Amino acid sequence: MKGMTIIVQTITRLVKIFILLYGLYLTLTGHLTPGGGFAGGVVIACLYILLTLAYGRQWALRRFPRRLAGSLDSVGGFIFLIVACLGFGFGGMFFVNFLERFFPGRPFALLSAGTIPLNNIAICLKVAASLFLVFIVMAGARLLEKKDRTYDYKQEEEE
Amino acid sequence: MGIEIIMTVIMGFTLLGAVIAVEIKNLLSAVIALGTVGMGVSIAFLFLMAPDLAIVQIAVEALLLIFLIRATLKPDIRATHAHIHPVGLGLVVLLCLGLIVFGFFAFQPLEFGKPVMAQRSEIPSSHYLREGLRETGAANIVTAVILDYRGYDTLGEATVIFTAVIGALTVLRAKAHRKKGGPK
Repeated sequence: MKGMTIIVQTITRLVKIFILLYGLYLTLTGHLTPGGGFAGGVVIACLYILLTLAYGRQWALRRFPRRLAGSLDSVGGFIFLIVACLGFGFGGMFFVNFLERFFPGRPFALLSAGTIPLNNIAICLKVAASLFLVFIVMAGARLLEKKDRTYDYKQEEEE
Repeated sequence: MGIEIIMTVIMGFTLLGAVIAVEIKNLLSAVIALGTVGMGVSIAFLFLMAPDLAIVQIAVEALLLIFLIRATLKPDIRATHAHIHPVGLGLVVLLCLGLIVFGFFAFQPLEFGKPVMAQRSEIPSSHYLREGLRETGAANIVTAVILDYRGYDTLGEATVIFTAVIGALTVLRAKAHRKKGGPK
């Protein structure tokens, strides 16, 4: 997939940092204001998709390779599971909020609510990497129309 | 009374977008019309005081859906014209009428905006609202429910996303993995 015109590329360069900050804000303050890990992850994945559409598939894959996206996906799920298992170790039950039990934070502070911000970050990583992977795979897939009006499937090679 | 008029207008806008999305010929225009449906539902969530849902709705249905379909399909593909069977059309009309009558009588005794589950004090949702801040420390009750009280559910959702991505990567891969001596 080739990139778009210079107008789209300039606008993308200007707004990309704001989109990234909004996604991080939704994720990190998910336990205080509306938002959360899922919404923040979707916004960050939308930023990747915007960059891919504006600058082309090769440009995006050079900066954020598919292998790194797969690793971040796994790391997000792993952090979520580790936090749940630590709850079993320290609090006696799976998924218990052990940090809030031992270090109760001040309500409405950024560092409060125990394990909930950790879980938000894990879900943000997971959703952003997953949606980017799905997008990259589906954008590389092409349906080729043959002469007898049936379709053939082809996947673009990387690099 | 005011909120009901606003909701009726927004839902009418949403229904109009859905009908246009089904009936229009150009596939890209249909996707844009589907985005207006997501936008209308998001505004409805805002009026019903559910900002979490509104953010997710507008991010997923209005942005991500359009991006995914724009990247996957060529913009000049035209939808095929479906043949409408008269018996099927009659059945659909009957079903819609039945749903309207059912909804009219089922929701008649309920006041708009008053949740049925909040009228008793010993059920779990009332407990979450009363004790959520003290037990979890999270000011946002939605996050407190999905990541603390209902953590298993979120773990299941994460597993679903993980499995879906593995499936997509496996089915749509560039090179097939063949065993030596296996069928070509």
